[in-house]
Amino acid sequence: MSVWLSHHSYALALALKRLLRTPFSSLLSIAVMGIALSLPAGGYMLLGNLQTFSGHISGAPQLSLFLALDASRDEVAQIRSRLKQHPQVASFQFVPKDRALQQLKQGNGLADVVDSLAQNPLPDAFVINAKSTAPEVLELLRAEIQKWPKAEHVQLDSAWARRLDALLSLGRLAVLMLAALLSFALVTVTFNTIRLQILTKRDEIEVSKLIGATNGFIRRPFLYFGAIQGIAGGVAAWLIIALGIYLINGALADLALLYAFDFHLRHLSSEDSMSLLLFSTWLGWLGAWLSVASHLWQIEPR
Amino acid sequence: MINFSNVSKRYPNSYDALKNIAFTVETGEMVFITGHSGAGKSTLLKLIAAIERPTSGSIIVNGQNIGTLKGAAISILRRNLGLVFQDQKILFDRNVFDNVLLPLQISGFDPKAATGRVRAALDKVGLLGKEKACPITLSGGEQQRLCIARAVVNRPSILIADEPTGNLDADYARDIMDMFRSFHQVGVTVLIATHAAELLGGAQQRILTLDHGKLAA
Repeated sequence: MSVWLSHHSYALALALKRLLRTPFSSLLSIAVMGIALSLPAGGYMLLGNLQTFSGHISGAPQLSLFLALDASRDEVAQIRSRLKQHPQVASFQFVPKDRALQQLKQGNGLADVVDSLAQNPLPDAFVINAKSTAPEVLELLRAEIQKWPKAEHVQLDSAWARRLDALLSLGRLAVLMLAALLSFALVTVTFNTIRLQILTKRDEIEVSKLIGATNGFIRRPFLYFGAIQGIAGGVAAWLIIALGIYLINGALADLALLYAFDFHLRHLSSEDSMSLLLFSTWLGWLGAWLSVASHLWQIEPR
Repeated sequence: MINFSNVSKRYPNSYDALKNIAFTVETGEMVFITGHSGAGKSTLLKLIAAIERPTSGSIIVNGQNIGTLKGAAISILRRNLGLVFQDQKILFDRNVFDNVLLPLQISGFDPKAATGRVRAALDKVGLLGKEKACPITLSGGEQQRLCIARAVVNRPSILIADEPTGNLDADYARDIMDMFRSFHQVGVTVLIATHAAELLGGAQQRILTLDHGKLAA
């Protein structure tokens, strides 16, 4: 155990020493990693904010329930009580046919047409706010209400929400692809950094092997180096996003004042931030591992 | 104990460096290996440390067949050997102390205990005052002593030196040889390859003479 511990603390110390010995190039590598990671992570952050935002302004999407023309008062009362008890219904509003006709008359300049009608062609209606915003749940609710007696037609006003949802998942796919490409680029950055290090440490590696160093012992400082560079890159990405949010929120505050709505960007949640750091650490480690695996065997003492 | 039986070594596309070598070195023995340049002295020592593999025959060191060792087992074997290389292999990017510390770091020694060990090894070779010096500032003799300190810091049971007096004048060379004798006296098995036969004069140690890859009687 103590041998294991001293091997690892030795590797960690050596990796840090190597990182600090070339501060400028280390900083550049970390900046490259930070910028590359901040693009997909920032995109992910924006999508998250957009989703919360769309949830806020659309509230719960509405359903319109139009009753049959021959629905009696009792039947209307029955539907009213069913809506009241339904677990998925947040609130609802009854629009009697007379009021609907009046609104039509006032609203659209159709007064003459409406007056010429022999009888009111409009049905009684309910406007229903659902508790859930998920399109699937809304669709289920619509189908259920459709089956109630005297329900002529139920219309779901969630087309807009669906379109946004589709756009957001498209955006998520784009972010994912960007992340995959840039991750590959980051692995190659670490790969090359470690390759150069191995070449400059040739003597040390050779002597170490000659006096009994295992491959693991030689590999470890390079892996630590990659992982440290990775985690530093992740932190840099997080800070870049934080700076971006700070600047954008300043501009948004003015906009919010003009349009009287409250909207500001939020940073990644702590879980997402942790995932970002873990992922960037893993990328650095992977690049180092690949580099060590492909170069170390070339240095065999003779 | 080191045992060679019917060991041959042929380098690819080359002559036989060693032909049918057979000998045994008992624990605690001190043996010189002499011969002309190119006789196979270095190859023989490299075989013991598994730096080269025999083409045929078997080599047993401390009960292990060197020819069949792989990966980490080779590393463990080398930790039990003290090696002084012909080309020294000093690391010039670190000071004397850190050069000697390296084998202990490789064995995973506790850092505090390691410091004591390094000082003890430097003291034995007379370099204690120079632990902070850069190796490049040392004289040839001092560099050789640094190599010896690095070889013995792990307290190996077998000490192997390839031409340790190669480029030193006679006085320095005698110093170095005395140093090896003192390790022998405390029970370390010592193998030294040298072409400087005059340094062996008066010594009653066993001498193996190589001639064109063969062991002369």
